Amino acid sequence: MQTYDLSTGSLRELNATLHAQNENTNQTAWEIMNPRGAHAIACGLDSPIEVTVRGSTGYYSAGMNQQATVNIKGSAGPGVAENMMSGKVVIDGDASQYAGATGHGGLLVIKGNASSRCGISMKGINIVVHGSIGHMSAFMAQSGNLVVCGDAGEALGDSCYEARLFVRGTVKSLGADCEEKEMRPEHLEILRTLLAEGECNARPEEFKRYGSARTLYNFNIDNAY
Amino acid sequence: MCGIVGLFLKDKSMEAQLGAMLTDMLITMTDRGPDSAGIAIYSQDTLNIGKMTVQSDTPDVDFDKLTGDLKKRIKGDVDIRVQSTHAVLELRADQVIVAREALKEIRPNIRIMSTGDSLEIYKEVGLPKDVASRFDIAKMSGSHGIGHTRMATESAVTTMGAHPFNTGSDQCLVHNGSLSNHNSLRRKLRRDGVHIETENDTEVGAAYLTWKMQNGSTLGEALESSLEDLDGFFTFVVGTKDGFGVVRDPIACKPAVMAETDQYVAFGSEYRALVNLPGIQNARVWEPEPATVYFWKH
Repeated sequence: MQTYDLSTGSLRELNATLHAQNENTNQTAWEIMNPRGAHAIACGLDSPIEVTVRGSTGYYSAGMNQQATVNIKGSAGPGVAENMMSGKVVIDGDASQYAGATGHGGLLVIKGNASSRCGISMKGINIVVHGSIGHMSAFMAQSGNLVVCGDAGEALGDSCYEARLFVRGTVKSLGADCEEKEMRPEHLEILRTLLAEGECNARPEEFKRYGSARTLYNFNIDNAY
Repeated sequence: MCGIVGLFLKDKSMEAQLGAMLTDMLITMTDRGPDSAGIAIYSQDTLNIGKMTVQSDTPDVDFDKLTGDLKKRIKGDVDIRVQSTHAVLELRADQVIVAREALKEIRPNIRIMSTGDSLEIYKEVGLPKDVASRFDIAKMSGSHGIGHTRMATESAVTTMGAHPFNTGSDQCLVHNGSLSNHNSLRRKLRRDGVHIETENDTEVGAAYLTWKMQNGSTLGEALESSLEDLDGFFTFVVGTKDGFGVVRDPIACKPAVMAETDQYVAFGSEYRALVNLPGIQNARVWEPEPATVYFWKH
């Protein structure tokens, strides 16, 4: 285990050190001490290493992640795991706004709650939230799965494309062109796999599925001003 | 961007450290807005004594013989504490309004930063660390306080454009965001006789809350109605003589983190601002919900 203390070392040096790890590195486990809400911790990683952050982080932690597993042992600020391509990011606490935004792949697990705009414009990422999510989540979501064990805020899935949205609790309101969908056996199977990967013991049968009503896909003259 | 910090003490034994804690929190937020900085402190409240914090770009000239000149005009006692470009005038509480008018004539270059029984506001153009050291904020004590570091968007970078804004006795407000209906609201408030000094959007927000409270609303109710009447982006932190409130607009894109322990309630634009507070590891830390009013009172 390599340990890096941000109370004595610089953030730039930390990220440069983590970026220098390649697929053959034998330094596969990293521990970051005293994050104290700093921005961009463990951002831009591209090797199969495991990074544990001992505390809460600020903006854009674990952004643009590829291959790496990042575990934040606290809460994360805005834009955590933004634009993730692959790998896994686990937040033990809460996540601030736009968690997992624009992500193309990988798995984001939030064990607390996520605030507004969770999974906005998601493009293939899987997100599992143990708690609840805020308003405008999965806005313009294009693909991937968003699993919410608690409740969803206003305007869930507004203008979404083909992402699958699974919510166990209540949905305050659905956004434009988002509707409840039939839960078929293949969806229960996807959900079962994601819940297991997200370390969540909820039962897939307790969820409802939401997705695009596909009425905004083509230009409709009645919508023009 | 802009950075906001706030601290409301429940534990009286911490009051001597209020200025030091707020200064540390505000300096941490420097990179959210380096244009200008300000701090509002609610300190000792002496019965029947009112305070005016005033500012001058030429303090040597304007503050010289000020107490004597003002005493003559208002026919009452005036004490003065000069802190760099600012001075706190202490006088009989019922003479504050007369003194405000008198100052316009005897010292036209003096600007009023705040009036009230316990509120003092210090603000200038510059980095938080420079503004805080210029006024020796770290040595100040008080029951609650609010700080702001500004990245200007809606009006010029000037002392008067810096936050916090004081528009009613012992009331202050800081803002992260921008209001889009401030011009029409300013005209409406001015028609109703509300005094608004600048072209700044935040001052309109502050004046709006003052106007609501003058018309019978509590601070909580005034904040509730701001969600209806103010258009734009805002995270507001407000102070009154014995209260501290927070509200975010329904979109809530301007960040906010709060922490509460048995000793204090703290606000920061980011968690970074809170990390040096005592007992933060065991504090309840949360993000205030959109369009929800939070309010604490002594």
